[in-house]
Amino acid sequence: MAAPKKSVTKDSGQEKGNGSGSPLEFTKEQELRALRDMLLIRRFEEKAGQLYGMGAIGGFCHLYIGQEAVVVGMQMTLKKGDQVITGYRDHGHMLACGMDPRGVMAELTGRRGGYSKGKGGSMHMFSVAEHFYGGHGIVGAQVSLGTGLAFANRYRENDFVSLAYFGDGAANQGQVYESFNMAELWKLPVVYIIENNRYAMGTSVARSSAQTDFSKRGASFNIPGRQVDGMDVRAVKAAGDEAVAWCRAGKGPYILEMQTYRYRGHSMSDPAKYRTREEVEKVRHDHDPIEQVRNRLLAADVSEQDLKSIDAKVRDIVNGAADFAQHDPEPDPSELYTDVYR
Amino acid sequence: MPIQVLMPALSPTMEKGNLAKWLKKEGEPIKSGDVIAEIETDKATMEVEATDEGTLGQILIPEGTADVAVNTPIATILADGESAADLAKATSPAKQEKAAESAPPAQARTEAPAPKAEEKAPAAPTSVSEPEPEVPAGTEMITQTIREALRDAMAEEMRRDPDVFLMGEEVAEYQGAYKVSQGLLQEFGARRVIDTPITEHGFAGIGIGAAMAGLKPIVEFMTFNFAMQAMDQLINSAAKTLYMSGGQMGCSIVFRGPNGAAARVAAQHSQDYSSWYSHIPGLKVVAPFSAADYKGLLKSAIRDPNPVIFLENEVLYGHSGEVPKLDDYIVPIGKARIARKGQHVTIISWSNGMTYSLKAADELAKEGIEAEVVDLRTLRPMDTETIVESVKKTGRAVTVEEGWQQSGVGAEIAARIMEHAFDYLDAPVARVSGKDVPMPYAANLEKMALPSVAEVVQAAKAVCYR
Repeated sequence: MAAPKKSVTKDSGQEKGNGSGSPLEFTKEQELRALRDMLLIRRFEEKAGQLYGMGAIGGFCHLYIGQEAVVVGMQMTLKKGDQVITGYRDHGHMLACGMDPRGVMAELTGRRGGYSKGKGGSMHMFSVAEHFYGGHGIVGAQVSLGTGLAFANRYRENDFVSLAYFGDGAANQGQVYESFNMAELWKLPVVYIIENNRYAMGTSVARSSAQTDFSKRGASFNIPGRQVDGMDVRAVKAAGDEAVAWCRAGKGPYILEMQTYRYRGHSMSDPAKYRTREEVEKVRHDHDPIEQVRNRLLAADVSEQDLKSIDAKVRDIVNGAADFAQHDPEPDPSELYTDVYR
Repeated sequence: MPIQVLMPALSPTMEKGNLAKWLKKEGEPIKSGDVIAEIETDKATMEVEATDEGTLGQILIPEGTADVAVNTPIATILADGESAADLAKATSPAKQEKAAESAPPAQARTEAPAPKAEEKAPAAPTSVSEPEPEVPAGTEMITQTIREALRDAMAEEMRRDPDVFLMGEEVAEYQGAYKVSQGLLQEFGARRVIDTPITEHGFAGIGIGAAMAGLKPIVEFMTFNFAMQAMDQLINSAAKTLYMSGGQMGCSIVFRGPNGAAARVAAQHSQDYSSWYSHIPGLKVVAPFSAADYKGLLKSAIRDPNPVIFLENEVLYGHSGEVPKLDDYIVPIGKARIARKGQHVTIISWSNGMTYSLKAADELAKEGIEAEVVDLRTLRPMDTETIVESVKKTGRAVTVEEGWQQSGVGAEIAARIMEHAFDYLDAPVARVSGKDVPMPYAANLEKMALPSVAEVVQAAKAVCYR
């Protein structure tokens, strides 16, 4: 991984943040929560990959493995009522928002107990109760929609913040910049989180982006931005706290470029020939977000046994979800014509 | 030869205006570029500049005159050496083309072409619509323009529900590119009447996001031609999310603005999107014709929990009609209206297509053919029952639309008639439509590209074997 820049980027050159740039230390409870939440995503996605291979999940399936620290760290900065929206690589976001793994997995298998009754699939899930607004399959569309969620907060004069996640690929879409302009113009409380996993499907950032420092993508609108080590959940939380506070205070949008990495292909059908095995292995070995937390906990006298028991509990949850998702019935045929209008 | 100054048009669709004020007196010398008069419509005020040098010979239309038709001579300018005696000769229409030299409107948007000379948008039909069945007997009616009816519908709904707001280009401070939102900023303030940058894709998405969060946006497109930039958000986000979320999350939002051909603005600014949107499950599509329907249906659209595409027509904005004077006048979405009763042939249309249809019905009546004219009002969900019941009675049908035939709404109507009333048909369904070309600019070609009253009459006679 390239070493993330530790300072804030803004066209004025003005520095914001804690200045030291070092990630905040977590309490033991925070470390344990982060570990548990990231493990849940990792194990869930591994299971989804297996079920896909078995033919239980169809269509497209984009796994979040490797990027877990981003959503888990950001979720730790939110309060109930803040909104989250993302693109098609969305399973991790839903789990981080507190959505039931059974409902998510059952949607992947297209069953009636899925969050969208089996009508949405991997890329289209929502939970009004958990303030998760999707789950959008068109690259970049969620950026305008997430800006609209922030517009609603501003309109209602509350202090909720909207988190709009998108990738380095989506960051080149036109509507992203239309949204940046209006968000800053109207001082909308939205944190734009660019998950830079270095590849837009098979095209590397260097081959697709004239400006590869995504934290500067809001510069012409005067939106402050910051590059963050997205493999370190503490760094994500620290940067997220700052960005969310900025938005909550009514100062307008904020951009966080999360430097992260996906271990798997773009989707299940991507053999990922555009990068070397060594590149993937090096990130896994040196920067894995879960291993980082695990090592810190072990160094802080948490026993191997305790960590294994967390892992076992997570595996139980995931196995339970997979079991439900394979045995839950398919949607009733009558559902074909429901939910077109209300 | 004295030069005639003609009543100019402020916009491509203006048909008449008021002569507010003369700034020059008869006998006063005039230089090219001098402001000689002020013209106003319900939309804007503009100055009339002289394009010729000379002396103001005679004022033909006194100031304060209302409803002066475009191209009416309003004054004469005498060239050097000419005198009042030459005025008599000026009544000849030889100099009509001078109208095109009238000053461009100071307030018009950049898209507005030069004032037109001969081309006239179809006038409002003479047939008077029957009062709505949902209007209680004895209800007082007020006459207002469609532009005013739309404004009142929005204002009433904004008073009723604080979650309703209006956003779009020029909707606030400019008072609407077509003056539809006149006065709304003053009443509701900048929080609820929001000027956007010219970024249709972005603000459509923001509106839909706000609707997903529970607000009820009215998103105005300056015209639906520009909404193509936002098409992905309208279809993929607005129309599909309710289904994709298993009914958990939808959006209550109205996209409205002028659709279809205006006048002399050519292919990119003259297109009918009726069939485009009516193709999409998850959207409701409304395209009214009468002032009362514009008001009642827009109020319904704003209250509807689904995304509604509300197709207006620029040509109709200035047309007046009777609107029931009720506190809360609602017209239900999905119900067609029999605009004229008849027993020989059914003519089915909507929006400005009704102009040709009702005039054609008048013509046909002179030849003993009584046409029943169905105003669909809503394209999706389509009121198949009203169409089919009428065709069962008449045995003949003609569809009239400004859009193209291929995959058009007329094709859909014809298919439904075939499916539901085949045995009642005495002739194949005929379609009158826009011609299969991008809209041309030249006045004569444009006229040919659009449907006409003559074509509707001809089609109706053909299906009657007359």
